[in-house]
Amino acid sequence: MKPELLPLSQAADAIASGAVSPEALLEASLARIRALDGRLHAFLRLTENEARTAAKAATQRRASGKSLGPLDGVPVALKDIFCLEGVETTCGSKILRGYAPPYDATVVRRLKQAGAVIVGKLNMDEFAMGSSTENSAFGPTRNPWDLTRTPGGSSGGSATAVAARLVPGALGTDTGGSIRQPAALVGCAGLKPTYGRVSRFGVIAFASSLDQVGPFAQDVRGVAHLLTAIAGHDPNDQTSSSRPVPDYAAGLDQGVRGLRIGVPREYFGEGLAPEVEKAVRAGIERLRAAGGEVREISLPNSPHAIATYYIVATAEASSNLARYDGVRYGHRAKASQLLEMYEKTRAEGFGAEVKRRIMLGTYVLSAGYYDAYYLRAQKVRALIRRDFDHAFASVDAIVSPTSPTTAFKLGEKMDDPLAMYLSDVYTVPANLAGLPGISVPCGFDSKGLPVGLQLIGKPFDEETLLRIAHAAEPSEHRLSPLAEGR
Amino acid sequence: MPSADFEPVIGLEVHAQLLTRTKIFCGCPTRFGAPPNTQVCMVCLGLPGALPALNRAAVEMAIKAGKAFGCRIAERSIWARKNYFYPDLPKGYQISQYELPICSGGAVPVPGLGRIALERIHLEEDAGKNVHTANGSEVDLNRSGVPLIEIVGKPELRSAEDASEYLKSLRLTLIYLGINDGNLEEGSFRCDANVSVRRKGESKLGTRVELKNINSFRFVRQAIEFEIGRQVGVIEGSGKVVQETRLFDNEKGVTRSMRSKEEANDYRYFPEPDLPPLRVSKEWLQSVTIPRLPQDFADELTAAGVSQADARTIVSDPRLVDAHRRVGGDPKRAALFVVGELARAVNDKEADLDALAFDPALVREVWKLQDGGAISSTAAKEVLAELIRTGAAPQKIVERKGLSQVSDAFELEAVVDAVIARNPAEVEKYKGGKANLLGFFVGQAMKDLKGKGNPGALNALFKKKLGGF
Repeated sequence: MKPELLPLSQAADAIASGAVSPEALLEASLARIRALDGRLHAFLRLTENEARTAAKAATQRRASGKSLGPLDGVPVALKDIFCLEGVETTCGSKILRGYAPPYDATVVRRLKQAGAVIVGKLNMDEFAMGSSTENSAFGPTRNPWDLTRTPGGSSGGSATAVAARLVPGALGTDTGGSIRQPAALVGCAGLKPTYGRVSRFGVIAFASSLDQVGPFAQDVRGVAHLLTAIAGHDPNDQTSSSRPVPDYAAGLDQGVRGLRIGVPREYFGEGLAPEVEKAVRAGIERLRAAGGEVREISLPNSPHAIATYYIVATAEASSNLARYDGVRYGHRAKASQLLEMYEKTRAEGFGAEVKRRIMLGTYVLSAGYYDAYYLRAQKVRALIRRDFDHAFASVDAIVSPTSPTTAFKLGEKMDDPLAMYLSDVYTVPANLAGLPGISVPCGFDSKGLPVGLQLIGKPFDEETLLRIAHAAEPSEHRLSPLAEGR
Repeated sequence: MPSADFEPVIGLEVHAQLLTRTKIFCGCPTRFGAPPNTQVCMVCLGLPGALPALNRAAVEMAIKAGKAFGCRIAERSIWARKNYFYPDLPKGYQISQYELPICSGGAVPVPGLGRIALERIHLEEDAGKNVHTANGSEVDLNRSGVPLIEIVGKPELRSAEDASEYLKSLRLTLIYLGINDGNLEEGSFRCDANVSVRRKGESKLGTRVELKNINSFRFVRQAIEFEIGRQVGVIEGSGKVVQETRLFDNEKGVTRSMRSKEEANDYRYFPEPDLPPLRVSKEWLQSVTIPRLPQDFADELTAAGVSQADARTIVSDPRLVDAHRRVGGDPKRAALFVVGELARAVNDKEADLDALAFDPALVREVWKLQDGGAISSTAAKEVLAELIRTGAAPQKIVERKGLSQVSDAFELEAVVDAVIARNPAEVEKYKGGKANLLGFFVGQAMKDLKGKGNPGALNALFKKKLGGF
């Protein structure tokens, strides 16, 4: 197979063996982006010059036997939510058009230190608010399996870039499912680590208590390599954990024999598309066949997760997005008075969904409503967390569908925010509980669209989670017709 | 003046900048007066993606304040966001503490007033500064993220004068703790006052008005006094005091409405998700120690016989306490020097205390000259006054100014004999019982000696020669 079509871990092996140089791999990747991204719109901008410099350095390191590790020379791309020094970083919003941060996010710095070659910035829903990438101020991204459908979101650009093999790996963020849901809808692997496992410093905030950075790759091994590179304590993010970081790729092949895998009955009810359920159940059977002990469990408070999420997340967002006021950076509207400047700047700079969430969040924090909404949501959040604690007393991981449906049509849910919100019904609970979750491909529906299987793990036990995910993923990853060049 | 039927109720909120080297959530320096926007980074500029990282030194200073005022110091306190829009607030929210502050309770001891109870002390970050120029408004964010403690007093003060005394005591304690420089003019020590009035005997509080922009002790008194009078006037005119925030206009000496309750910000406080709860372990709490406080020094001075008033003058400036300690010797005598010479020189604006580089050994040398009769007590004061300005040796000052006093018995005796010989009539009267003529004789002798005679020795000599009473 052409090296640019290989999953990340195999591309890394090909570089290590000398079968391909980082420079050649980068050029192949750039050629694919040129050929395909006009139709997909995964990228917002490329950083070709910086990438070529980095690839050249990696090629020299590889030639002199001084490799920095498996990612050295591997092209990766970043959701446009990560600050990249000197490069425009918009977070998918008009309000940040032209804004170039003066510093690298911690995860970007870590990727660079691991030798990864940063190819460019990827499309996303504005401020990561959305489940289809249609809320990008710069136009939607299209699903490589069907260009009339969305790739999910908010990290739709990251998922698409990996699934279409434009790059072997990418980073995204997941606040309510923004990594796992698009991974499921385009058929690649996407991990949301435990809250605190990866630094959020330099990651433009949506909802601080829920946001977490995570990797995309075609296969679980690629995800594991990326996680090993980006995880770990960061003094600049005091919510990051100081637990040691293992080599997450090391134990992947240990299998699932003896591991207890819970199937929450609440995740297989109303709203789940039958074809999705069928593919997920088939995936669960494969885990059982591989020696996993599958048992039914209950997460009784999960029906409240979406409501709880849309209070907590919007409250935090309303505060996090207050800084976009036109005073210091980004868009500033012409006005003669301060209040007018604020109002016009934000009216012009933000899109409809962002405004909706700022208003929701402002409302739930307002005097007289705080107790009924925000405080109550925090209590329900604690109950949801407790559900998982109970469950993890008897299982090692939880398995479920990632998304209730396969990829939906562009525009299909844009006029129905609630339907859009329900796209994250199975992913949101892990964010509320701070748990790690991963989506891996587990089959296709009758339209030939990928179905994702979600695994949720114990806090900071990404090793077990990835091991099970590796057992659940297919041994061969089918390419979309577009990615195959058909 | 308020009508005698009314009682004012006053509570003060003080914002004190902490003297940490760096800001509360980033590594930028806190130095005052640097060119605009030169002490800033992604964190205190509120750039997208930046996160706060707590400076432990700020927490330790808050703990010191808590210990000094006897507050309960929370093992676990919570950071909160206070949300509002203003150009000097780069994130659109201030990181503060709301429901669970680091310190609660406690009291400020105020001489003459007793202990004024505190509600709480919490940590927060300062905002930047808007600068209004002819070209428009500009924002300087050097101050953004400088650590503050807000010290919220209970409404236990009953007059503008008491409020001013409370504020002085509070300020002095923070200075002694080394956590604040007490500079009202530069805004590193800021005060808001909550003022209401009620009829005497009433237990319910009146409607409260918050006063802002009070940046000197004089203005604190002026603003509160004006506001008390205004509120009493409103009530006596059958009106109702409106809950609002008023700005003090220090040129006109009046308060002016800034915003009403309806226009007040809804700050939408909620727990800050970017910072874990602040935990103060027992070990940490114990490791933070506080120095001796003004009251400790004042008690020690009065116990040594120094007057209450002098003790209070000395402790009003830690540098005077230090001077008193360095001079040593008899504490009362040292106190007289510190209050009489040092404090006076500073008060008269003759000199800045820091410029007064006196050598304590030289002060003691002056005392020795005085005790040995070489100079009079008046001359000693003069020498000391000169000494603290120039640092010259006392003997040199005495010589240059011709201040040495004649104590030589033979020289004095010759003068005394001459005075007796010249004034036979007065000698008769003295011997006949007019004892107060002794002063006349001493005066005559002093005249002969050009004022440099030792008055004690002269007194004794005349008594001896003329027969004592």
